[in-house]
Amino acid sequence: MVSSVTSLGRSGLSDWLVQRVSALVMTAYIFFMVVFFVINPSPSFEQWQALHGSLAMRIFSLLTILSIAAHAWIGMWCVLTDYITVRLIGPKATPIRMFLQLAMIALILFYVVWAIDILWGI
Amino acid sequence: MRILESYLKSYFIVKTKRPVNLDIGTIKLPITSYVSILHRVSGVVLFLAVALMLWVLDMSLASEQSFQSLKECLSSPIAQFVIWAALAALAYHVVAGIRHLIMDLGVGEDSFETGRRSAWLVVVVAVVVIISLAGWVFLW
Repeated sequence: MVSSVTSLGRSGLSDWLVQRVSALVMTAYIFFMVVFFVINPSPSFEQWQALHGSLAMRIFSLLTILSIAAHAWIGMWCVLTDYITVRLIGPKATPIRMFLQLAMIALILFYVVWAIDILWGI
Repeated sequence: MRILESYLKSYFIVKTKRPVNLDIGTIKLPITSYVSILHRVSGVVLFLAVALMLWVLDMSLASEQSFQSLKECLSSPIAQFVIWAALAALAYHVVAGIRHLIMDLGVGEDSFETGRRSAWLVVVVAVVVIISLAGWVFLW
């Protein structure tokens, strides 16, 4: 039995759903960006700033970075609890995994704060 | 203290006496396995590449000067290669992820054969998108 205490939603079903909803948000953002760059292959600074300065775009970008945060948390949890195990790498696996999970969470929080700083500093 | 310790252990430790019925290193893997493993690898790469993407976003929006210096930086082949590699990981991850979402809707999960075919489709679509991305990134 794998511990669920370090997973995002404490339950596999909740993580499963969050992983899919966040995937849809990020896919929508990617398709939006692709369409933007097809229409404006080489945007000027003013165009680019106007796009990201609008409230709608800030909210869209914020939702996307929050989706990245949740999606990465769940995905990295899956990878770490699958491969950094006592069976695969020996008795030190548990402290190594805990360290990597904490580092992963710290990096996610750093990304979120950095993104908010970028978006609301425009 | 002992109670606390065992309580924490039950939370944090993946129990070691689980039955092991497959040794992945000794079996020939089907295409679906490679598509799945590459989905994981690209996901881990992307988690680290978010730093690069945020740096690009930051540079592009901080000021007119930083926007111009980003443009200059992205005209060097090395920077273009790094961006292309990150976008390639993203493209693969999205294409393989869309396969999962479609299967979650109950489409294409009826047999191993359809799973194998959709896995090959992921490889083909991803290669086409990644080559197109090279055309965009290296010629901008």
